[in-house]
Amino acid sequence: MATSLNGHACAEIVARAQALFDDLSFGAARQWKAASPERKVIGYMPIYVPREIIHAAGFLPLGILGGGDQLEVIHGDAYYQSYICRIPRSTIELGVSGRLDFVDGMLFPSICDVIRNLSGMWKMMFPKVYVRYFDVPQNYRDDIGGNYYVNELAELRHDLEQLGGRPVSDEQLCDSIAVYNENRRLVRDLYALRIQAPWQAPATEVYLVLRAGLVLPVEEHSAMIRDYLAGAAKQERPRRDNCRVVLTGVFCEQPPLNLIKSLELAGCYVVDDDLLLITRWLTADVSTEGDPLRNLALAFLHQSESTAAKYEPNLKEKGQHLVRAVRRSAAEGVIFACPSFCDPALLERPMLQHVLKDADVPYIAFKYAENSGQMQPIREQAGTFSDSIKLWSGR
Amino acid sequence: MTIITTPKLAPAKEVEKDASMVKQKEMMAAHYDRLTGAPETGEKVASTFVPGNLNELIMCFDLVNNLPEVNAIQNGLRKQSGAYVLEAEKIGHSEDVCTYVKSDIGMMAKGNIAPNGKKFPNPDVLLLSYTGCFTFMKWFELLREQYKCETIMLHTPYMGDGKITKNMIEYMVKQLKDDVIPTLERISGVKFDIDRLREYLKKSVVAEDDLVRVLQSAKKKPSPIDAYFGGIYYIGPIFGAFRGTDDAIEYYRFLLEEVEDRLGQGKGPVTPDGDMGKEKYRLVVEGPPNYTNFRQFWKMFYDEGAVVVASSYTKVGGVYDLGFRHDPDKPLETLAEYCLGVYTNRSLPMRIDMLANYVKEYEADGLLINSIKSCNSFSAGQLLIMREVEKRTGKPGAFIESDLVDPRYFSAANIKNRLESYFQMIEQKRAGARSAA
Repeated sequence: MATSLNGHACAEIVARAQALFDDLSFGAARQWKAASPERKVIGYMPIYVPREIIHAAGFLPLGILGGGDQLEVIHGDAYYQSYICRIPRSTIELGVSGRLDFVDGMLFPSICDVIRNLSGMWKMMFPKVYVRYFDVPQNYRDDIGGNYYVNELAELRHDLEQLGGRPVSDEQLCDSIAVYNENRRLVRDLYALRIQAPWQAPATEVYLVLRAGLVLPVEEHSAMIRDYLAGAAKQERPRRDNCRVVLTGVFCEQPPLNLIKSLELAGCYVVDDDLLLITRWLTADVSTEGDPLRNLALAFLHQSESTAAKYEPNLKEKGQHLVRAVRRSAAEGVIFACPSFCDPALLERPMLQHVLKDADVPYIAFKYAENSGQMQPIREQAGTFSDSIKLWSGR
Repeated sequence: MTIITTPKLAPAKEVEKDASMVKQKEMMAAHYDRLTGAPETGEKVASTFVPGNLNELIMCFDLVNNLPEVNAIQNGLRKQSGAYVLEAEKIGHSEDVCTYVKSDIGMMAKGNIAPNGKKFPNPDVLLLSYTGCFTFMKWFELLREQYKCETIMLHTPYMGDGKITKNMIEYMVKQLKDDVIPTLERISGVKFDIDRLREYLKKSVVAEDDLVRVLQSAKKKPSPIDAYFGGIYYIGPIFGAFRGTDDAIEYYRFLLEEVEDRLGQGKGPVTPDGDMGKEKYRLVVEGPPNYTNFRQFWKMFYDEGAVVVASSYTKVGGVYDLGFRHDPDKPLETLAEYCLGVYTNRSLPMRIDMLANYVKEYEADGLLINSIKSCNSFSAGQLLIMREVEKRTGKPGAFIESDLVDPRYFSAANIKNRLESYFQMIEQKRAGARSAA
């Protein structure tokens, strides 16, 4: 009886997350904003923005990750050549079709030249919206990159104060940091559960639950993860003879949900990934004592994920985060899934592959677009990879 | 079955070379000899990029400047880049990414041979001036993996809000003072002398002044220069390894004298086939050129009487015509300001302002965009740029596509068709304006 109740709870949570995922008009965020005239919504794109500052200003941070495979892109294609990835064109589609007409500000983080230039396009196309290109340091010394970043954070705080018409105190910032610390702890727990028992927390479910956090208030999202964890741990699900893989390259333009499902159906348990990195970008709790902006800056410099958009100053350390992810999650292989025309993922890929080769970790690679429809080739490739690991790797 | 063949170009007429051309050729040859001779002479080599190229600083440490972008261009012009790109793809680099990178990686895989036929030395340091192009960061991480040499990151923040802030300058100066300079001292064994830097910067200003005079000569009708195809030669020394040298001063003095002479005679630009005929169309061009078919591409313009009077590509290594000059009185701040201001580090609205102003100031017939598959820094957003510049200037825009150094993406017939249509559009626009008057 308990099992079925927990299973029911899990299914409900996933259904809610799926509904949020499917809603390209961002109804939940609209509803949140409509509750009070003082509320504002700040959109952001991958990979990372300090959501704590937006939260402290009393605003809702809203993750914008393109239009997925359910959005028909009509206007967006008129802005881009065929050799540009899909996420900016579907994001523009969301904008010009009015789906983001309730969004008061947009942050475009430093990830690649396409998103960078999109920040300027947004300024031109939506002049009434607050738009900021959010730069982060590529120098990780406290007194160089750290000072620069503290000042950038202060500018963002100032801009949001102007937008909201009220100051954002250090105390509010520390409180918001604490709220996000809790959320990140829960996300880490979720990933730990999947490592421990991936059959209990399938990759598609974990993805949907995480993705809900990009449109919901963080407190509500933390409650959702907590409920999911409680349900998933107790639910009995069949354990399959799948191989365990780390999925990488998926940090910006999102793969279709079907792609993640296809990997699982092809015999791969995804036990770690770089999907939705913002939910666990900072890898440890941020201090809530002292200067909150300095604390956020130090966390970025010294306790943040490695990814292609960040410079790695140490040659020996290059790609080791991926090897560590493989070891930590007891993965047997790595799947490189990169969006077509994605400079960060595709330029990084050969270096990561060399590191994996040296570490004797098998891998495969393919490309996708957020609207890729044909999964059969991917399923076959992943299935063959899984079989080869099971049959020949001797692991 | 339809067989499409590319007509072979007639051999270029023997054109008498101007003093500036001879000078540049000598400078380039001497530079490549110095570079490839480094293992024998014991000189140390710093690889770096054109945007954010800190040549004056590099010279303070007696380092020889090697620019992988320029090497890729040389390989494109010499029809070698196609094979290099394929080689890089064969060893695992995606067909989707920058062909400069792949040309460079492929060249390494095939022996790393410089244009003078000798082997490039391994760099002693990679000075990663991360300015205006995301790919730069990955490019030097890829090279570091091969060369296993020291790499210095100099991060230039992007001018997303269209302004240079105090925080940006302080960040860059701090990187220069506390990271870049001490590391270059250690690698080179040469102590940094700020007065030496000031002297180089003073020389830079002289050359920068003359370059701007040359570029702005295109405001005259007919324009004595082509500010895109010809402009690429004109920017060579100042964007490369010569800014801050006497050679650069001499080159730009020769060039300015020649341009002023042409102005006096009412002549148009020099082309590979000699003096250009009557100027019929004046264009502003956005985006880099194609290098694998450079002459063929240029010929499509001058055969039709089209001259490029201003271009954005000739600003990737520094935007001098809007007033910036290196300031010897603020040597580190000026290097920071230089990096921050290069064209590809400017926000899209800034680029639109610049291009629309060019169309007006140079009395151009319109904006032509050559969109480069390899280069998202330039290309992402160019369709919006075109529409906005059209709207602001009332002049027609046009869009063609090619690539920097990948010959697979140069379709001569398509480009020619589009250019011819564009010139017809300009004619119609003129006829419409005449009849309205």
